[in-house]
Amino acid sequence: MPEMTFARAIDFALETAMERDERVVTFGEDVTMLRRDLFVRFGPSRVRQAPISEAAFLAAGVGAAMAGLRPVVEIMLVDFIAVAFDALLNQATKVKAFSGGKWNVPLVVRASCGGGYGDAGQHEQCLWGLLSGMPGISVVVPSNPKDAAGLMLSSIECDDPVVFLEHKLLSDYWLDYLGLGGRETVSFDVPEAGARGEVPSPPVPVPIGKGIKVREGGDLSIFSLGVSLHRCLEAANQLEDYGIKPAVIDLRSACPLDRELIVSSASRTGRVLVVDEDYAGYGLSGEVAALLAESGVKADFARVCTEEVIPYARRLEDEVLPNVRRIREAAVRLCALSP
Amino acid sequence: MRPDPEDLYRRMARARFCEEALSALWERGLISGEMHLGAGEEAVAAGVTAHLEEGDAMALDHRSTPPLVARGVDLVALFLEMLGHEEGLCAGKGGHMHLFSRDLLSASSGIVGSSAPLGCGFALAAQYLNPGKVAVAFFGEGAVNQGMLLEALNLAVAWKLPLVFVCKDNRWAITTRSREVTGGRLARRARSFGMPATRVDGTRVEKVWEAAGRAVERARAGHGPSFILASCPRLQGHFLGDPLLRVFREPLRQTLEIGPPLLRSLFSRPLTALASRVPRLGTIGKTIALLGVERYVLERDPLQRSAALLTEEARRRLEEEARREVAEAVERALETAGRREENA
Ligand SMILES: Cc1ncc(C[n+]2csc(CCOP(=O)(O)OP(=O)(O)O)c2C)c(N)n1
Ligand SMILES: [Mg+2]
Repeated sequence: MPEMTFARAIDFALETAMERDERVVTFGEDVTMLRRDLFVRFGPSRVRQAPISEAAFLAAGVGAAMAGLRPVVEIMLVDFIAVAFDALLNQATKVKAFSGGKWNVPLVVRASCGGGYGDAGQHEQCLWGLLSGMPGISVVVPSNPKDAAGLMLSSIECDDPVVFLEHKLLSDYWLDYLGLGGRETVSFDVPEAGARGEVPSPPVPVPIGKGIKVREGGDLSIFSLGVSLHRCLEAANQLEDYGIKPAVIDLRSACPLDRELIVSSASRTGRVLVVDEDYAGYGLSGEVAALLAESGVKADFARVCTEEVIPYARRLEDEVLPNVRRIREAAVRLCALSP
Repeated sequence: MRPDPEDLYRRMARARFCEEALSALWERGLISGEMHLGAGEEAVAAGVTAHLEEGDAMALDHRSTPPLVARGVDLVALFLEMLGHEEGLCAGKGGHMHLFSRDLLSASSGIVGSSAPLGCGFALAAQYLNPGKVAVAFFGEGAVNQGMLLEALNLAVAWKLPLVFVCKDNRWAITTRSREVTGGRLARRARSFGMPATRVDGTRVEKVWEAAGRAVERARAGHGPSFILASCPRLQGHFLGDPLLRVFREPLRQTLEIGPPLLRSLFSRPLTALASRVPRLGTIGKTIALLGVERYVLERDPLQRSAALLTEEARRRLEEEARREVAEAVERALETAGRREENA
């Protein structure tokens, strides 16, 4: 299996899909440069530069998908989707239901997300909770190159709208553009296992809505995704010193959730910790709790999430985003509840 | 009314030296995130802010430091903010894309296009609470394709708001040449909404000053909004560390990074497509070359151009004062931030 970066893995999957299917096109701001390799290979009719008009070109993606294309529309940073929200909330996700199931929207929205490089809360949000709140959408959040390629392939093959989120701390070019700028005077806590790794060639689809247990343990179940998943694994190592062995589950999709995996792991350990870089309220962590309650699973529950607007100062940001210390402390507290 | 060249130049010089200081702090790793400098926009900032008085508002985009500095924001607080310090302008929580000064009724945002509707709101409040006061919205030419900005143009006319739209046309939106994704002409577009629109050379502060004077006067008199399209350069690329400018600064390293994957695409199957792919490689090359030519050959520095309005003695004195003021502010900020030892 070739080794590649997280970012390359995504484009590799997109390239594979474009090679296989003429209907796959991609458009967005600056794609001639951002996707220059694809641009050279497939040309401007399939890799199309857009003006700063997200509301129009995302909604155009909906129309194009309805009329036979399979567009992968790029919203540079997921934060910017706010200006184009109608395209998802009231158009893309309504078509299938309103047409009585007779018309579907095979649209992929590709956006970078996440923080950890001091860009503050207009550019570092995750928003998968907000996006997942709409019936009719899937939201995927890979944590490593293999899943990134596999989920991109599945997203393109999916006949309904999917939001594909690419964490900037894992994507070398985003981090270089937005964080490093070629400097050697700054550094970021990049999880190596997420930023680079082996990817099957051609990529193997990873099913949307399927999580995976990445660490065995019987004391508690930690559910996470994206960069936080790596923070959880680091915390899990430290927890060994406390005599705590957590199971760590990479949800991989924020929506739909892998109900079976969540229920089975939580039932076994009786303790659940959700670590979510997205906002604490009205989101993924609450959804996991609701799912467990609905399934009749009795488990002690805690969460480590982002609770406020992400501040600019890096030392403040480090505390606001889920970090290893907060995860470890939450796990220890949780295990002390019912020794 | 005649412009005061010394006042205008002072505003510009202070703004420029602040941008240079920010660049140095950024290089040292003391500023995080995407640092978009407004170097090249000083004449626009100075020519517009010279007409503003207490109670007037500014809605700013991601290059918000020159208008704030030209208008007199506290420099130590500004630098402390950039350093992420709790005594900064926004307690270290906003940073360079989200600078807020309630005193100056000025707010910036990193969401492209958002300054225009925000400016409408500032102008609405002025119209209602403080007749005679005005608002200014600054944005780039790329932002004029943003839906909310176009809606704001109409809203301002429909409500006859005391607002001046200032479009800083540096011809680029990150790596995109704006004309390639923009229909029609921007001044005409603005005029079609029913407001006066003026094109000015934004590197000539006296021209900006004149155009802004007419627009502000119109707004103060309650006659509604105007649009100023000011051409200006983007002297430091899109943001500090701009990868496209790095192609010129470190050609070998960047070519080694960008080249191999491009070649792989060029020669991927089917090879019969090679002939159509070569021109696409040309498109990318042309964009980079154009950026370089504009930046290193054609660009005119507004400070140099405006210096012609002054005697050599006055220019030197104003620059010296501004340089000293900025250096002292940086020094005090670094001292406060306890990072002085790195100052060497
Ligand atoms: C809604 C939104 N879309 C995209 C971006 C990313 N972005 C930041 S600056 C920029 C280019 C803006 O171009 P222009 O308005 O001409 O201003 P300039 O940077 O040239 O000063 C883009 C696309 C953003 N910040 N917000
Ligand atoms: Mg521009």
